[in-house]
Amino acid sequence: MSAIFPKWTNRLPLMILIGGGLTASAVTAGVWYYFTPKYTRVGYQPLQPVSFSHATHVDQLGMDCRYCHSAVEESWFSNIPAASTCMNCHNQVLKDDPRLALVRESAATGKPIPWVQVHKVPDYVYFNHAVHVNRGISCVECHGQIDKMEEVYHAKPLSMSFCLDCHRDPASKIRPLDKITDLNWQWSDDPRVAVQTQQAKGREMVEHWRVESLQNCSACHR
Amino acid sequence: MAEAVTQIKVPVPPPELQRVPLVQNNRSFGWISDRVSAITEGKAPKWWWAAFIPSFGFMCLLGAMLIYQITTGVAVWGNHHPTMWGWDIINFVWWIGIGHAGTLISAILFLLRQRWRTAVNRAAEAMTIFAVMCAGIFPAMHVGRVWFDWWLFPIPTSNALWPQFRSPLMWDVFAVSTYFTVSVLFWYTGLVPDLATMRDRAKTKIKQFIYGLFALGWTGSNRNWSNYEKAYLILAGLSTPLVLSVHSIVSLDFAVSQLPGWHTTIFPPYFVAGAIFSGFGMVLTLLIPLRSMCKLEDIITMRHIDVMCKVTLATGSIVGYAYIMELFIAWYSGSLFERFAFINRAMGPYWWGYWLMFCCNVFVPQLFWFKKIRNHLAIVFILSILVNVGMWFERFVIVVISLHREFLPSNWGYFAPTWVDICTFLGTFGLFFTMFLLFMRFLPMIAVSEVKGVTPQADPHHPLAKGNGGNH
Repeated sequence: MSAIFPKWTNRLPLMILIGGGLTASAVTAGVWYYFTPKYTRVGYQPLQPVSFSHATHVDQLGMDCRYCHSAVEESWFSNIPAASTCMNCHNQVLKDDPRLALVRESAATGKPIPWVQVHKVPDYVYFNHAVHVNRGISCVECHGQIDKMEEVYHAKPLSMSFCLDCHRDPASKIRPLDKITDLNWQWSDDPRVAVQTQQAKGREMVEHWRVESLQNCSACHR
Repeated sequence: MAEAVTQIKVPVPPPELQRVPLVQNNRSFGWISDRVSAITEGKAPKWWWAAFIPSFGFMCLLGAMLIYQITTGVAVWGNHHPTMWGWDIINFVWWIGIGHAGTLISAILFLLRQRWRTAVNRAAEAMTIFAVMCAGIFPAMHVGRVWFDWWLFPIPTSNALWPQFRSPLMWDVFAVSTYFTVSVLFWYTGLVPDLATMRDRAKTKIKQFIYGLFALGWTGSNRNWSNYEKAYLILAGLSTPLVLSVHSIVSLDFAVSQLPGWHTTIFPPYFVAGAIFSGFGMVLTLLIPLRSMCKLEDIITMRHIDVMCKVTLATGSIVGYAYIMELFIAWYSGSLFERFAFINRAMGPYWWGYWLMFCCNVFVPQLFWFKKIRNHLAIVFILSILVNVGMWFERFVIVVISLHREFLPSNWGYFAPTWVDICTFLGTFGLFFTMFLLFMRFLPMIAVSEVKGVTPQADPHHPLAKGNGGNH
């Protein structure tokens, strides 16, 4: 038989096998890492029109989340405060600071400050802030340590599996109602004790508050 | 290519050992290779172009219909409440049923040592693969948002969604994709020795390269043959349960639901018999014209046609039994809904569909009891088409007639296909025949090495075996 293929092609099957295996692993690893909200959403930090620092207001001055986001316990939507809320203090404090020019203008004209939205779920997802906050799910679970942020960034993936992780096991995240806005709160400083207490108390709270582990499609996709 | 029949004196075995040879007229090995390869060599005959151009046109029509359906939405089909399954599911089940003859011929008949299978198995397997391709289009498209089809497979994603393994529709995905994969592997394994023949006969460098690539360095050595035979046997063993499982699972799409007319235990065996019935119908429809177009009468002999008619008769009778048993059980069960469903089939608004099915699938195959009819090619050809008309209407009866009458009369409706339904279905014929015509132009349509193996010369003690063997 005349040689149609050069001799090195005898090694081709092995090379294809190894090359194919490596390529497949690389593609899988790449998709795994780059194609999920853990990569595409986490770290998103747009520049806001006013350089409002949550770290200063919450961590240093000790303000509660609900002073500004006042509707979070009543509404599905956690409101962005109007400029008049800022002016409650800033008509006294830093009242001529140029960084607050936009806030003063907004308070005077009623034209809202064009904040850039950071945390966004798709239109086909129904998320109710009040339900979560009133049943022991802290702000920190979805928004991360906002109280430590100079400029707000996207800290958690907010993917469907992120939601489902908690919906499938609410006892591991639930906490006492008076600790919802206390973003640094823990059951104990000892992480082992904290986890154990969370399990025991969490199950109790889920039971008492009749927290449902909602996993049907229409719970969120209404 | 000598047309003259070779006359060689062969000692006549005792009468009890005499069988009609599978290859007629004592053809030599060389003749078989030449005749089968000739189909792929030289210019394509006029009839090939006459078949290919319209087929290709219909395939383009299919592409256009699918693009229209994807960009507009599933509602371009006639599926509306209450018949949420329409032509899409009918066509899916119909095409996948046709695909069953290939695996039956290639795997089960191989294990049962039915040597006549060698003349028809290659073409039947190709038919299987192309039919499954046509079938796969429909469920993939009818989900609506086709770009989410990959959700059918259990892939861990950031949605934390997992397929519903309790759903027979899910089992269907696995059954059909396994079936397709194994069928392709089996077909390809069988092709390897013949691809080497094609490689060795090829005149141009490109042909040598392509056939050589797919022949995987086949030399025809003893070691090659021994490995090949083992692989083929293993694949035949793997494919055999698939012949039964795929259409059983397709039937569970219906049988697992609670709908009268669907919710019956007879469905799996009845679907499998129906699938083999329609598959053999399609094999006959394809091979009767091809054997005369390609001058393969000595390889696909009248005996082959005769045997396939008998398989059609046997499976057709099982299907007929199932229809009658369904009617009996509807009465015997005492369930009012079940009774209504079957009375409605026979006498409701789609009575014509039911009786078309009944005539084509119960009465038509009974004609194959007569040897005169089995030996009359034109009649067999027409009957084989009627078999598939009947089998299409069987799925129509099951899908549409059961769905259009719900438990609540306020949910009753009437199904009519849209022009998109009709054009998509016609388009799948385009895809099927385009693929089949390309297959027969570029690959050996008959399993050359296997046919040689069933000739008398293949026996080393045969006087023709030595020196006259040709290029085996």
